[in-house]
Amino acid sequence: MESNSESPLIQVEGLEKVYRLGSVDVPALRGVDISIRQGEMVAIMGPSGSGKSTLMNILGCLDRPTSGRYLLGGADVGAMNDNELAEIRRGRVGFVFQTFNLLTRMTAQENVELPLLYSGRDRRSERALEALERVGLGERARHRPTELSGGEQQRVAIARALVNQPSLILADEPTGNLDSKVGQEIMSIFGELNQNEGITVILVTHDADISAAARRVIGLRDGLVVRDEMQDGAER
Amino acid sequence: MSPLESLRVALAALTDNKLRSVLTLLGMVIGVGAVISVMSIGRGSSAAITEQIESIGSNLIFVRAAASFQGGVRGAQGSAATLTLDDAQALADSVLTPDVLAVAPEISTFSQARAGRENVNTRIIGVTPEYEQVRNFQVAEGRFITAQDVAARRLVAVVGSSVSETLFGGLSPVGQTVTINQRPFRIVGLLEEMGGTGLAIQDDVIVAPITTVQARLVRQRTAAGRDRVQTITVQVTDNDRLEQAKFQVSEVLRERHQIIDQDDFTLTSQEDIIQARTDVNNVLTIFLGSIAAISLLVGGIGIMNIMLVSVTERTHEIGIRKAVGAKRRDILYQFLAEATLLSFGGGAIGVGGGWGVSRLLERLTISGQQVETLVQADIAFLALGVSVAIGLFFGIYPAIRAARLDPIEALRR
Repeated sequence: MESNSESPLIQVEGLEKVYRLGSVDVPALRGVDISIRQGEMVAIMGPSGSGKSTLMNILGCLDRPTSGRYLLGGADVGAMNDNELAEIRRGRVGFVFQTFNLLTRMTAQENVELPLLYSGRDRRSERALEALERVGLGERARHRPTELSGGEQQRVAIARALVNQPSLILADEPTGNLDSKVGQEIMSIFGELNQNEGITVILVTHDADISAAARRVIGLRDGLVVRDEMQDGAER
Repeated sequence: MSPLESLRVALAALTDNKLRSVLTLLGMVIGVGAVISVMSIGRGSSAAITEQIESIGSNLIFVRAAASFQGGVRGAQGSAATLTLDDAQALADSVLTPDVLAVAPEISTFSQARAGRENVNTRIIGVTPEYEQVRNFQVAEGRFITAQDVAARRLVAVVGSSVSETLFGGLSPVGQTVTINQRPFRIVGLLEEMGGTGLAIQDDVIVAPITTVQARLVRQRTAAGRDRVQTITVQVTDNDRLEQAKFQVSEVLRERHQIIDQDDFTLTSQEDIIQARTDVNNVLTIFLGSIAAISLLVGGIGIMNIMLVSVTERTHEIGIRKAVGAKRRDILYQFLAEATLLSFGGGAIGVGGGWGVSRLLERLTISGQQVETLVQADIAFLALGVSVAIGLFFGIYPAIRAARLDPIEALRR
């Protein structure tokens, strides 16, 4: 893990992303500069179309910027090929989605095992079970996603993000499909992972209550950072 | 991800949609099954032909007279009366023809044979004692024609089993008399039942000394006024010496017949006959096999079709797999493994099915002849190899499509 607090875990400079729709270029990010240290918990906020999901996809190594630099733990991600990006996704980054994105034909445990299959680690079922226990779902390991509530499904997804012991967890609207009470439970899991295990958590939300759990809030609008501030005494 | 894990993941995906997998499999099962059963019939009949022709003896060369040529009209092969008993004797000379083991001249005709109130129209073959060994004749009872019989032109006969059955029912024919062309022949032996068809019909026969048949039944002369023989069967010492033996036989006969350009005899080896018969059979087998192989192609296209549908349906799954760290190669292998499992599984079932069908076909009799089939390991392995190749060939395009999907695009589905 990158525990050196001097050099940031994430360093983004002049990040731009342009989508091409037909013959029209649509800029999603127009020069974003962000620096995030290991162990931070950051909320990225902004209205829809502000480019926050695009930023998340780039930070999560699912997408590449059109221009600009993205250093993850000192490595230049922008210059990596598909295979190298996949290596990062399987080892250093865990992704949590708004729609959970679980494979419905598999049990919770098999879903959590999936990243281990690709990272090639041993003791897969034990590790998956451990990860499920960390999110409080140990007894539901044999259930399929369709037999689980929304909150439980999202916890399976968090276990899946955790199982390769990443230094960074990215969550794109993780509570967007959950009611507020369950959403708070999910947020408290992220809070514990951040505080007890020092995992860097970056989450995208448009819900101010959710962002309150984070100590730092970055505001995006029209592909630019418009706000970047620390919140004192993050409340629950 | 190891290849074994790719297979495991692929197997899990296939069992998730059992009906579709089974239906896709069926294309390969039918294709491979058809090829295997067609090939088994082809090989079975080739083996039957070979066995049948080999049953009349081993390492044989048949010497026959060439076509007669009189007044500009060419007769059938063997119609010229040129071969004599002296020719046969010369061919048996171990100095002139060192690679010849034994020589058996013969002349045959069809005639009515009568015993008591029964009668039968059968082939009468005039032979020398060598015929027994050269043509694999087994005597079940009594004895075969001897040199003394030939020398004295005795009226003796050895009867085939079906002739004996017709004339004497279940009783022993030895010691009985059979009348052929108003001459009473004393039966001295009964031949073992040999079965066989075509070239090897050997049960419906009466064997007599060649000199007796020449004098009493056939009466054909050569141009020089000698009694002719129709065929001289020459047994070669060893299969490897076949060509040398053919050459020696030709040389002797050319010398004796004072031939300058056109031979008045023809040489056909047993292998020539097997070759000619199996060639026809092979052409037929390859032709039918190719038709069956087309269904393999159809099976392959079915696999490709289903894999393309599967990639489209499972785009979201592919997105998830990529998001959690699957490389292009991992996805490629997974889909390739699915296609190959389908084709290999179908192929394996097809081999089993084809074998089963060929066993069933063996119970069939077509126009009095039992169908012979032969499933050989090489064909089975070839079919399995081709199945795998079909899976790889038709699976690669869908697999590449799956592997190339952009993770974000795929996740949006």
